[in-house]
Amino acid sequence: MSEMIDELLARATVTGLELWNWFPADLQTLLLILGKIILILVPLMLCVAYITYAERKIIGYMQIRIGPNRVGFRGWLQPIADAMKLLFKEVIIPTKSDKYLFLIAPVLSIMPALAAWAVIPFDRGVVLTDVNAGLLYVLALTSIGVYGVIIAGWASNSKYAILSSLRVGAQIVAYEIAMGFALVGVLMASGSLNMSDIVEGQSGGIGSWYIWPLLPLFFVYFISGVAETNRAPFDVAEGESEIVAGFHVEYSGMAFAVFFLAEYANIILISSLTALLFLGGWLSPFEAGESSFFWFFAKACIFAFCFLWFRATFPRYRYDQIMRLGWKVFIPVTIVWLFVEAVMVVAEVGPWAV
Amino acid sequence: MTITDFLFFAFAGVVVASALGVVASKNPVHSALFLVLTFFSCSAIWLMLEAEFLAITLVLVYVGAVMVLFLFVVMMLDINVAKMREGFVSYLPVGALFAFLMLAIMVYVVGPVGPDVMSTAALDNAVKHAADYSNTEALGEILYTDYVLAFEIAAVILLVAIIAAISLTLRRRTTTKYQTPANQIKVKRDDRLKIIKSDAEVLK
Repeated sequence: MSEMIDELLARATVTGLELWNWFPADLQTLLLILGKIILILVPLMLCVAYITYAERKIIGYMQIRIGPNRVGFRGWLQPIADAMKLLFKEVIIPTKSDKYLFLIAPVLSIMPALAAWAVIPFDRGVVLTDVNAGLLYVLALTSIGVYGVIIAGWASNSKYAILSSLRVGAQIVAYEIAMGFALVGVLMASGSLNMSDIVEGQSGGIGSWYIWPLLPLFFVYFISGVAETNRAPFDVAEGESEIVAGFHVEYSGMAFAVFFLAEYANIILISSLTALLFLGGWLSPFEAGESSFFWFFAKACIFAFCFLWFRATFPRYRYDQIMRLGWKVFIPVTIVWLFVEAVMVVAEVGPWAV
Repeated sequence: MTITDFLFFAFAGVVVASALGVVASKNPVHSALFLVLTFFSCSAIWLMLEAEFLAITLVLVYVGAVMVLFLFVVMMLDINVAKMREGFVSYLPVGALFAFLMLAIMVYVVGPVGPDVMSTAALDNAVKHAADYSNTEALGEILYTDYVLAFEIAAVILLVAIIAAISLTLRRRTTTKYQTPANQIKVKRDDRLKIIKSDAEVLK
């Protein structure tokens, strides 16, 4: 019986291979890339679903309540239930809105958040495309995420939505500069724009991670990351007490959900990037330790937890103070530290080779 | 037709179509968004020309920052579309003249008359770089060695422009109230609060 099964399996493999070889070479490449994309995006979407659950649970416990615990064992199926509910709701399009832009906006919001994962290395050599300008690519893609919000606000034809999108636009453009400067610091330390090279440059245990020589840049980067994703305490985009729900006030059903998927995908992206750029990605904190994907995952989880923690802890920034923090504090701090770093590089102090 | 050819024609088609959209669409917000699409497809074509630094910088600077500010301004305008389109015919000759000039330059460069860039021999000579060629590195090396003076002069001019723009728009309005967060943080209890001893008083 088992021999028969073995033979059948072997035959199936052979026919499968024949079928595969029958495809033209270009199509094979395309299918391979598509397969890899699915391998990245499906776990990512699961993470996005469960970070919403984690958020409700964690903030629940911080506020001494239980959080969702009704759907499935201890509420584990809550994100699935939410997704089903949102899928079956009607997408209402306001009468005087710009219909095409109204529907394109959520897509523009989630697309960069997902596309940026193309260059994120999960482990040594485990990356969709190991391009040599990976860091620039990530910076460029995260900078176009703002279009979703701006277009959503304008296309809704609602004064609350447009107020919110104006706030977000100014905030994101301001914090992007500080973020870019912080990345320049990483770039100077590693001497490469390739994400894998940046991580490998930090090998040698916890002491050689870039977080230590670039400590101010690390803080600027992570806080700017919180501001870029419009999370509390920088969530003036959806200040409930001032502008109802912000730019997505007119959205309903899945169109609304896509904005949330984008927000959480961005949280995971910023957490992963911080782990990669400052905490040595997949490298073990011990000098002789085995490097693996789980280190990367654990480091990213710490930062993702911080996002949720901040939301439960800090009151919302006032708008003018957000602008002050971005322009008058972060940008000067990064410029000064870049100067310090340049002096350190020239004087050959620090972990980097010239 | 290889996949690269197909991608080139696809992106080039999008560039042309969206560039037409920029001038043809009635709504200025749509025009601005078409311009974003044009930039984006251009950067895809640049990527295929192995100029990844320029391509990504185009997206980062123009799409990610400049066009966002453009959209801001355009979105806040209360535009009368009919009035905007009034001068269309009277501007047409000037526009057509410039379009013709640019077309003439392109034909001169690409066509058989001018410099030899598109002949088969010239195309065969064009360098196809190895996979580890980094356009970013190549640009950086030239920019910080051969052209360092020009580069720094450009930087200084930009800095002057920034300072000028800020000093032109910065005016302290006397009617608005300002706060200084630094002073707010420095506040001590004694600045705000005074404890006065007083005897207990019984109200009747």
